[in-house]
Amino acid sequence: MEPMNIAPLAKALAIGLGAIGPGIGIGMIGSKAMEAIGRNPEASGKVFVPMLIASAFAEAIAIYALVIAFSIK
Amino acid sequence: MATNNLEHSEITEVTTEANESVSHEATLYAEPIAHIGSFEVTNSLFTTWLVVLVVLLISLAIRLKIKQIPRGFQNFFEFVIEGAMNLADSVTGNKKITAKVFPLAFTIFLFVLINNWFGILPLGGFGIIEMTEHGKAFIPFIRSGTADINTTLALGLVAVIGSNIFGIMSIGVWKMFNKYVNLKAFGEMIKKVRKEPAVLISAPIMFFVGILELVGEFAKIASLSFRLFGNVFAGEVLLMAMGAILAYILPLPFIGLEIFVGLIQAFIFSLLTLVYFTIAATDHEAHDDKHTEHEHSKEVVHAT
Repeated sequence: MEPMNIAPLAKALAIGLGAIGPGIGIGMIGSKAMEAIGRNPEASGKVFVPMLIASAFAEAIAIYALVIAFSIK
Repeated sequence: MATNNLEHSEITEVTTEANESVSHEATLYAEPIAHIGSFEVTNSLFTTWLVVLVVLLISLAIRLKIKQIPRGFQNFFEFVIEGAMNLADSVTGNKKITAKVFPLAFTIFLFVLINNWFGILPLGGFGIIEMTEHGKAFIPFIRSGTADINTTLALGLVAVIGSNIFGIMSIGVWKMFNKYVNLKAFGEMIKKVRKEPAVLISAPIMFFVGILELVGEFAKIASLSFRLFGNVFAGEVLLMAMGAILAYILPLPFIGLEIFVGLIQAFIFSLLTLVYFTIAATDHEAHDDKHTEHEHSKEVVHAT
């Protein structure tokens, strides 16, 4: 039997599994921000920037996974 | 759109006819399109030059015709800058810091934004065909500068090193040094050990927190550069893949998505630059003192 190249599988698993956590995290940040805006629509401007910053930090974790996925040869 | 899809159909051809046709794959690195001596001019570099030219022309066009009472073009940009200034004020919370950092942050914003949008312009069909070991390959002239890790790494380095220099300028070398290599904590250990022995434990912890911050600076560079690169590059791959599935129609909504992602990523990059500069300019010690005072007053209230 020919040896199978499982590097693509490793790449897919790295980014796929690595994106789960940040995905949930960004979803929670977004839902809480919506909730906050729903309760106090006037605060939407104040909520928006911290929300973006928080989701940028959550997203950074997915980017680590992306880097690993890229670096698997 | 049409030119973009030319490339996409080429991808599908590659899969069917192996190496006979002209292939174009999304490569991680930018591809060279010309040589000046031994210097390789990659398509990302070329696009970056174009973007610099565009930014230069816009700013010159506004600067040369600047008027007291704004009209048309100038009016639009005054509106944009005023909005951005207000947003920056809400991030830094200090008008003085905003006035110093805003020019850099907004320049980064414009540069990244135009770079991101250049990559999805329907100019992807212009390029050269080169012979490689896998047969003929198509190399487009236009590739977002930000879809090249070198550009984003350079921007990340500018943001983080710039924030540290700004920190030194605003709170001094010694305080900035103590943020990372906390010698002050050990100094306090000797000074305060008689009064509160707990400082024997807390000072080494403070020292290691400082080391962690130092590592954090490198993590900042990595996350800034890879976030931008990852998003823009993944966008290009996404558009190509969608075009390969069903040309013309399927990529349309994704192009809308990419326009939005380009804006958001440019916004986040400049916002984080502002945040890093603000953090660097604030004095940890003063903040901590206020915090402990606050806690003390709380305890007093509890006691009474």
